[in-house]
Amino acid sequence: MIWNPNKECMSRDEMHALQSKRLQKLVTYVYHNVPFYRNKMQAMDLSPEDIRSIDDIVKLPFTTKQDLRDNYPYGLQAAPASEIVRVHASSGTTGNPTIVGYTRKDLAVWSEVMARCLTAYGVTRDDTFSVAYGYGLFTGGLGAHYGVENLGATVIPTSTGNTEKHIRLIRDLKVSGIACTPSYALYLAETLDKLGLSKEDIGLRIGAFGAEPWTENMRKEIEERLGLKGYNIYGLSEIMGPGVSYECQEQNGSHICEDHFYPEIINPETLEQLPRGQQGELVFTTLTKEGMPLLRYRTKDLCTLMEGECPCGRTAVRMGRIVGRSDDMLIIRGINVFPSQVESVILTMPEFEPQYMLIVDRVNNLDTLQVQVEVRRDFFSDDIGRMLDMKKRLSDKLKSVLSISADVKLMEPNSIERSQGKGKHVIDNRKLN
Amino acid sequence: MTIKQVSVFLENKTGRINNVTKVLAENGINMNAFSMAETTEFGILRLIVSDVEKAVEALRGANFAVMLTDVICISCPDVAGSLAHILDKLAEQNIFIEYMYAFAQGENANIVIRPNDITKCEKVLEGIL
Repeated sequence: MIWNPNKECMSRDEMHALQSKRLQKLVTYVYHNVPFYRNKMQAMDLSPEDIRSIDDIVKLPFTTKQDLRDNYPYGLQAAPASEIVRVHASSGTTGNPTIVGYTRKDLAVWSEVMARCLTAYGVTRDDTFSVAYGYGLFTGGLGAHYGVENLGATVIPTSTGNTEKHIRLIRDLKVSGIACTPSYALYLAETLDKLGLSKEDIGLRIGAFGAEPWTENMRKEIEERLGLKGYNIYGLSEIMGPGVSYECQEQNGSHICEDHFYPEIINPETLEQLPRGQQGELVFTTLTKEGMPLLRYRTKDLCTLMEGECPCGRTAVRMGRIVGRSDDMLIIRGINVFPSQVESVILTMPEFEPQYMLIVDRVNNLDTLQVQVEVRRDFFSDDIGRMLDMKKRLSDKLKSVLSISADVKLMEPNSIERSQGKGKHVIDNRKLN
Repeated sequence: MTIKQVSVFLENKTGRINNVTKVLAENGINMNAFSMAETTEFGILRLIVSDVEKAVEALRGANFAVMLTDVICISCPDVAGSLAHILDKLAEQNIFIEYMYAFAQGENANIVIRPNDITKCEKVLEGIL
């Protein structure tokens, strides 16, 4: 089934024309409503009239997460505050989170693209669907939630936590589909085993998995253990949230909702646009967004774009799996973590040397983060209580900045390897590629 | 009497205590007593040594986090009830013991005590020993 064949199966020529028209309108809109873009364009001697087709997009300036942070909280917002009906936020490197405001129409587009995803996965009005992404500032929960409602299926707003209760609801309410992180799906499978239940005891048919990198092997394992078909869902809050792209029954690349989010691949060094098929950094322009439209937003995600007909009938370009990042961001339990965030916290505590190491691992299918820090000689105490207190204060601060808990390990002075030049601060033991 | 105890911060990993004893041995420092306080991931090695200053210098030179702590070292007969007697007196005077360790040597036992109030503790001990 296809939710919106008019858009999802549009001919390439029609899509090009639609994107061109929308880009022109978008550029005029941001030029007149966002001083940040007007200034950038004027500095480049560029006016909205210079953008005549989607191919002119290469003339436009890029936007980075740093720009969002520098213009915190509402500097990049184009719509007046009275038009904004919801705000989501994601964590940033240091200090300012990234704030995204949505107008009523933005939310309508979001639930439209989510309905496209869910339909592609095979969800229908007759399904009962559990959304086990976190509800809150994170876009996962509410984004998927309104998509299910828009499609007309029954949504169970499970959110995160209490897995045994979740399994009970899956059984009692005959839940057929679930949206969660792939690692949570594996955790769910493990909990089933622990409860002495099998995949036959739950009737899950469809899984929408995203918000963290995962592999084909993980897909096989999840599908086997939960007895469902697992599909990738991609999104990021700066652009919209989940629903930017989605896999179809072919499970071969994720179709991008190109009529709303125009994708490019660039060389992250030269910033040149790369031809389709080449690997590079994924960049999105929000063609129809009103609240916080972005021109050429650099996702830092590395992948490839694939053109060509898909047996499912959709014509939209597909993106391959995210194979890495062009920055040092880590995704741990679905949460974005930058080593610099950890560093900024450590620097506020004189008890520790500015040497640290993040050890990321996946234990029983859940991501773990250990932060190793060196205790300064002058702050070493013979009193174990004081040492444990030092450790706890750092854990608490990290938790409030990162939004996930980290296991702090106190290390001896000089025990963390000093590297030449740019410090290497991460050991990621998860096997994701 | 009050003496200086050498405390060393150690990560819990194989061979770390050996490294400390090796540094002390290389510098001709004798250990009279020691105890290890540990949590799941780090420990504090507490040492009474023959030459405190030399030990601190040598251990710092080998990159250990080291600090000196005042502790009271007393000697009492190695017979049943002698420690109980001392501890009773300390408790009577509301002296709290953060940690202690002991070793017997010949007819006497040496006890290292880290009390919350070192001056008061010394005074109480003077009265009974």
